[in-house]
Amino acid sequence: MHGHVDSIKTYTLVFLSLLILTAATTAVATIDLGALNVVMALFIAVVKMLLVALFFMHLRHSTILTKVVVGGGMLWLGILLVFSLADFVTRGWLPVPGK
Amino acid sequence: MDSHIQVPELQEQFETPAQQKDASTLGMWIFLVTEVMFFGGLFLAYAIYRRAFAGAFGLASNTLNVWIGAVNTGVLLCSSFTMVLAVRAAQIGGRRALVVFLILTILLGGVFLGVKAYEWNEKFEEHHVPGPTFHLEGTTEQGPAQLFFSLYFTMTGLHALHMVIGEGLMLFLLWHAYKGKYTPSYYTPVDVGGLYWHFVDIIWIFLFPLLYLIARHQH
Repeated sequence: MHGHVDSIKTYTLVFLSLLILTAATTAVATIDLGALNVVMALFIAVVKMLLVALFFMHLRHSTILTKVVVGGGMLWLGILLVFSLADFVTRGWLPVPGK
Repeated sequence: MDSHIQVPELQEQFETPAQQKDASTLGMWIFLVTEVMFFGGLFLAYAIYRRAFAGAFGLASNTLNVWIGAVNTGVLLCSSFTMVLAVRAAQIGGRRALVVFLILTILLGGVFLGVKAYEWNEKFEEHHVPGPTFHLEGTTEQGPAQLFFSLYFTMTGLHALHMVIGEGLMLFLLWHAYKGKYTPSYYTPVDVGGLYWHFVDIIWIFLFPLLYLIARHQH
């Protein structure tokens, strides 16, 4: 046998956390936090993603090479989102002559 | 039941079975990274249009049934839980448990898709499907509202397509698990199948708040 076997208790705790976070994000969304509503929704989603990836997808026990590949993928996703939004968000900031 | 269990041979390019399995896992992760980039483009499009047409997107988003969305998220998380228990059963050689957990995963995936179909049907009845008959109450911005529902159908539709493919993979795994093909020394297909299933779950983890919750505080 190869590969680390996690206990059912660990998986159950992760699963319950995911359900609680789903209830939390649904409840928090009804409270007016202004711009923080989006931040909270995405923050909880990222925490849920990390729980699924680290525990259910066994990323904790993966080889260094796999972790580097996943990290690289996240880096490129970050470039796609951050650079594109940096353009769209800042377009109205400075007056453009002749526009 | 065929008691003659064949452990696939170690291929010549690998030194150990563990290395062979690591290569399969890595290959699946590389595929999933390409999927992240594929869905990433859609999430980017959503972010840009949501920012440009915040009012219409908020109004359109609030017509979705948040309770159905939340419960369906729970259903999908349950299926990920049964999937990870299936992988665990394969790791420790519990063939019966593996079969049972795979069946549960398939059933929960089916429930998710059924609820999704119900929701889509609602959109048709409410004229919230982009096209000539589209109409969203309470706004003059019919174009941006259609844009929201175009993204809604594209993103939930592609997610559902991945679920359907996942159901096919699970049926394949179930058949081989039933025949006793997987042992603690060889269960790679169950492992990488699980990776795919959890990835599809993660996509929904982001779709749910972005599509259903983003403007709930405005009501």
